[in-house]
Amino acid sequence: MPDATALELIAQELREAEGEGVVADTLFFRNQATLSVEPASIRAVLAHLREKGYRFLASLHGVDYYPQEPRLGVVYELLDMSRVDRIAVKLRVPSDSPEVESVTEDWPTANHQEREVYDMFGVVFRGHPDLRRILMPEDYEGHPQRRDFPIGGEPVIFTRDEAGWLETRE
Amino acid sequence: MSPTDQSSAGSSPTTAPTPSMSEYRKREQSITLSPLEEQLGEHSEGADGSTQELLTLNFGPHHPATHGVLRLLVTLQGELVRDVKPIIGYVHTGIEKTAEDKSYWKVIPVIERMDYLSYYFNALAFCGAVETLCEVEVPKRAQYLRVIHLELNRIMSHLVWLGTSALDLGAISMFWYCFREREKILDLFEMSSGQRMHTRYFQVGGVIEDIPLGFTEKLRGFLKEMPSRVDQYGALLNRNEIVLHRLRGTCPLDAETLLSLGVTGPLLRAAGNPWDLRKAAPYCSYEDFEFKIPVGTAGDNYDRFAVRLAEMYESVKIVEQALEGLPEGPHITEDRKIALPPRHELATSMEALIHHFKLVTEGLRVPPGEVYYPIESPRGELGCFVRSDGSSKPARVHMRDPSFVNLQATAPMVKGAYIADMIATLAMLDPILGGIDR
Repeated sequence: MPDATALELIAQELREAEGEGVVADTLFFRNQATLSVEPASIRAVLAHLREKGYRFLASLHGVDYYPQEPRLGVVYELLDMSRVDRIAVKLRVPSDSPEVESVTEDWPTANHQEREVYDMFGVVFRGHPDLRRILMPEDYEGHPQRRDFPIGGEPVIFTRDEAGWLETRE
Repeated sequence: MSPTDQSSAGSSPTTAPTPSMSEYRKREQSITLSPLEEQLGEHSEGADGSTQELLTLNFGPHHPATHGVLRLLVTLQGELVRDVKPIIGYVHTGIEKTAEDKSYWKVIPVIERMDYLSYYFNALAFCGAVETLCEVEVPKRAQYLRVIHLELNRIMSHLVWLGTSALDLGAISMFWYCFREREKILDLFEMSSGQRMHTRYFQVGGVIEDIPLGFTEKLRGFLKEMPSRVDQYGALLNRNEIVLHRLRGTCPLDAETLLSLGVTGPLLRAAGNPWDLRKAAPYCSYEDFEFKIPVGTAGDNYDRFAVRLAEMYESVKIVEQALEGLPEGPHITEDRKIALPPRHELATSMEALIHHFKLVTEGLRVPPGEVYYPIESPRGELGCFVRSDGSSKPARVHMRDPSFVNLQATAPMVKGAYIADMIATLAMLDPILGGIDR
């Protein structure tokens, strides 16, 4: 992990290279470094960090910060294998226009993981080659990993109460 | 194969058989696989110039060789695989969602059921993340006990992989031998925790119980026997003409491509990159143990097989060292806000009773924050992301499951190979659908 000072240096470097507003915030928590960035500049930021040695995208996942707004978050866990150094890049998008650019071109590993985030949270990755649901059925409605999506929201249909269930639906 | 065939193959990696060898050994040494392009030549076009039609085939989800309910949409040209699209989600059970509705200690049993062959690893990834959030220190004895169980689990997982993979390649007896040793490991798990699978042995702050009387002796017996068993597996498969034909030189992928696809674990090590989190970023006292990291050279199916086989020896070594150096001390943290007080204290101490009540009814409260805790599972980097909002239930639990990410390497590996090689590759990929779909 970069220490707190190194994280600030990286943030400073990013601000100089990509513009002042790129890095919204830095956080050094429990020995883990996190950069919060603007969604629009995610590809530029990741490309910059890649040049610095963080060449491996270990994980990409979504978070729902309901009821805060902007609500949906995407986390990119980057890893530098030669220095054994990790840094997390986070971004937040509002739930009414959850769009962010896809990084599959630079990191093919993001393909399945972006599909999962789309499936579970409804974040749309622009430029993704094949943005479909991955774990849920293709005709499924809603994004189940969102915090306001109820648990156990689907009735179990048995033959014996099928008729009754149909009536309650109408 | 006649001697003339052998010389015409050109790029054969084998050495010339020495005259003192028996006929069978000579034949063994002469196994070659002509480069794939040569084989493709006669297949791509018919003799009369007619082209072949592509066939799209659903492979799975209920096919024994897909190791679970994996569905592959395969585009075939004759017997050659032109494209593969994995379709997953058939055993998606929403564990990550379920975990958000349970207090931290109740998450452990559900999270263990993700990758059902490496349950100790799932539990450790989650417990490690929560421990990082709580800043709780795990006692040394608990760490060693964890290492013992983790490495036994790694051997167990590799045994299931070896047995089922050999089954895919047509060797039925391997399955029985591997499951014979696996039973012994499960017996050990049963001794220490009461369950054979999904043991819930790891807790936030340590392990639930110390190992019982007689565990050490039984484990020693197993450790003494295991290396010779791995020798036997090697002897059965390493010189087997069919296995070598199916594995050697088939579906290689270089380390650079694997890294861009996010592949870690034995698959990456088979391609020559010695990345192993146990060595690179030691957690859970792995820095105390001496072990080697097996790496391959060609990155083909044979290397993937050989690396895992060699890993079993190393795991045995680690368990031996952990057992020898097992320190005395508590098996779980004494922080009463994290772990339950010992049973006998409840009768005498009001404070212990209150702590017990609070922990059981409400669960532990975790400071708000987000952490990512990666460990080396039998299949690669298993990372657990936990977000806490300060309550007694996690606000988000995400598992970066290695099978899920590694599955993306299927298509680049098998494109242009035979459909039979795809089976072998899938076996060597070792995907666990429970982990992929979660």
